[in-house]
Amino acid sequence: MEKYIFFGLSGLAIFAAIMVLVSRKPIHSLLYLILCFFAIAGHYLMLNAQFLAVVHIIVYAGAIMVLFLFTLMLLNLNINAELTKSRIAQIVAVTSGGLLLLTLVAVLRGFGTEAQLQSTSQIGIARNIGQVLFSQYMFPFEAASLLFLTAMVGAVMMVKSEKEK
Amino acid sequence: MRRAQIFLSFLILTKKKNMNEVVNSLKLMPINYYIAFCSILFVIGVIGVLIKRNAIVIFMSIELMLNSINLLLAAFSVYHNNPAGQILVIFIMVVAAAEVAAGLAILVATFRNTHSIDVNLLNQLKG
Repeated sequence: MEKYIFFGLSGLAIFAAIMVLVSRKPIHSLLYLILCFFAIAGHYLMLNAQFLAVVHIIVYAGAIMVLFLFTLMLLNLNINAELTKSRIAQIVAVTSGGLLLLTLVAVLRGFGTEAQLQSTSQIGIARNIGQVLFSQYMFPFEAASLLFLTAMVGAVMMVKSEKEK
Repeated sequence: MRRAQIFLSFLILTKKKNMNEVVNSLKLMPINYYIAFCSILFVIGVIGVLIKRNAIVIFMSIELMLNSINLLLAAFSVYHNNPAGQILVIFIMVVAAAEVAAGLAILVATFRNTHSIDVNLLNQLKG
């Protein structure tokens, strides 16, 4: 059962990721990217990382993708399609990407052998994540809020037009 | 016959009371499958950064790479029964959100100057 779910979600995610690169209009790439994120959220659920699955949907599909969509629509960028590099650059990029995949799989393959298989892991539910986050990782959590504030102020500064200054 | 079995097990899964039982009844896949899947997603992101000239699609490819790393971190965290990996995933999400906000602001600012989001036009710093 879990095998079918895994391969179904993986196939959906990889298909959507390839369609992000293949589609000519940026807005279609964006919609395929959202599909890919939902498939990844399904993967989180399969790992029993329920908190991560929900946060992933809220942050990525809810916040980041809306930001992308607003930028695309406000700048009216959907008209200029097909901004890709030359054919030879594409071939070189795909070849080097394939070589990178080969290297990554060859290097990472040995890491899984010592990890023991347990069917149910309870560390991913919200209570346990929260206990670790607010005790052991309290300072990084507060630092992350500072980072958000800085990013927000920086974004507002950068998009403010020159005339208003 | 086989298809009927799959359908039956799916029915049994949906009959269960809450989400917890459904997820707990699934067994984990071997970690090598997650490694292969996440490597493929990461490489698709790398290829996207290399072949595209549209800055927004390059940003999307970067998001794809970050997501594949997140999933692999979560998978290893579950397999080793160590919550540090999932905490790190949350912080990566925070940094990704901040990065997208700042990056899209830069994009809007450059679009005002050049009226294009072609990254090949942004070579004014070249000496």
